[in-house]
Amino acid sequence: MSLKTKLLATVLSATSLFAGGTAMADTLRMGVEGAYAPFSKKEADGTLSGFDIDIALALCAELNRECELVEQEWDGMIPALIANKYDAIVASMSITEDRKKKVDFTEKYYFTPSRFIAKEGTEIELTQEGTKGVKIGVLRGTTLQCHVEKMYPDADIKLYNTQEDVFADLVAGRLDLQLNNTLQAIDGFLNTPQGEGFAFLGEDVDDIECMGEGTGIAVRKGDPLAEELSAAIKAIRANGTYDEINDKYFDIDIYGK
Amino acid sequence: MENERSFLEYLRDFSETSSPLDFVLIYDNLGKFFEGALVTLQLTFLALFIGGLIAIPLAIARAYRKPGLNQVIWGYTYAFRGTPLLVQTYLLYFGLGQFEAVRTSFLWDPILSDPWWCVLIAFTLNTAAYTTEFLRGAIETTPKGEIEAAKACGMSPLTRMRLVELPSAFRRALPAYSNEVIFTLHGSVIASTVTLQDLLGVGRWLNGRYYLAYEGFVTAMLFYMAIVFLISLGFKYAERRYLGHLQPREVDPSERAPIAA
Repeated sequence: MSLKTKLLATVLSATSLFAGGTAMADTLRMGVEGAYAPFSKKEADGTLSGFDIDIALALCAELNRECELVEQEWDGMIPALIANKYDAIVASMSITEDRKKKVDFTEKYYFTPSRFIAKEGTEIELTQEGTKGVKIGVLRGTTLQCHVEKMYPDADIKLYNTQEDVFADLVAGRLDLQLNNTLQAIDGFLNTPQGEGFAFLGEDVDDIECMGEGTGIAVRKGDPLAEELSAAIKAIRANGTYDEINDKYFDIDIYGK
Repeated sequence: MENERSFLEYLRDFSETSSPLDFVLIYDNLGKFFEGALVTLQLTFLALFIGGLIAIPLAIARAYRKPGLNQVIWGYTYAFRGTPLLVQTYLLYFGLGQFEAVRTSFLWDPILSDPWWCVLIAFTLNTAAYTTEFLRGAIETTPKGEIEAAKACGMSPLTRMRLVELPSAFRRALPAYSNEVIFTLHGSVIASTVTLQDLLGVGRWLNGRYYLAYEGFVTAMLFYMAIVFLISLGFKYAERRYLGHLQPREVDPSERAPIAA
């Protein structure tokens, strides 16, 4: 046996060893984020926690399948799903027409509005005229990017890789405005020491075309998993698991109407 | 006009039926990619230019082992060559912004609050560190004969540096510098991580806006390849022009001296 074939054999046996460990037939790989508290965040020891994480685990349990959480930065979320890095996205992803061209969605698992945040006392009129040259920060590849680029084309729109970076630049004064989910903004920013001196500006954003009809779980096109997960969402809504998780993080029922 | 429409129709047809990439989206946003390329080129070449100017005196001080100065410059080049450019950019952009004192200083408003300046400063310091070191090497390896000849002509140390040592060192550093230019171009993608719309930034914008996986990256890649091709071409010309005397010479066989029998 030449050195080359020996090496190849070693590598092959090593990979099959790994494959045997992770690729159990009933493992459900859930794509999650980790910088979007309280929906998903990283604890000091590196483990993931948050509403999305708990929902993902509850759905796996409901479907009687082993759960594997796969972490992925936001702007690669859908590409990584299509590339089969995981089977479903449980990461506060809004159901929109544009995304439906790429993936299938389950029924919504929550619905919360989005709203702008600025320094207290900021007076900016939320119109195309009023936002001329105003620096607006949003997470890249979100419904929010769609909304601000459509409504405020004359603004100076800045795109970020994580929501935490958006808040950091808002605090540093590099941004005049930022737009995101109100619940995430309250718990992840306004109620933290970092968010002192900042407040909501304007009303909840109303834009079905960009913002979609709620937050769902995305799966690859044509995957029957969508219906299974939709049924599982209904089931945990009915058996109280959802409420239990909801109350752990929020004072109100975020499922919406 | 008629021609263009049929081309677009063909592109649409091809994108929808047989291609994994959506060429219509790429075509519609080509203008943005050119704007992004402009930002990339601006940052890269400004950083190289300013960094190069900084590197020349530092390299001379290092080559001549100026006491004190030499150690300080060594520390600077060691720190900037020993840490990733991404970390340096983050420290400058996100790190400094954390401090109230920095945010209220006179440097904040026009310069440090602007990602363009932060990136330019980081790139400049980084390329200056690398350029200093290989330029120092080139100065140190100046052939003794050239220096002795300059001395024999009665040149002062300054004139010697200006007319003999530096031009000679620049020539020797040319091949290494072409690498530095290309690495700086590659490193400039870091601009997109701090919200700048450089070439990669536009690619990521396109992917983010339309939830794509490849289109933005592939287009950016082709632009980078074209730029690197032009840079290499430029250096090839410069090397032939300035290092021509070191190249193997083709000799016409008829001019060869007959081998002594």
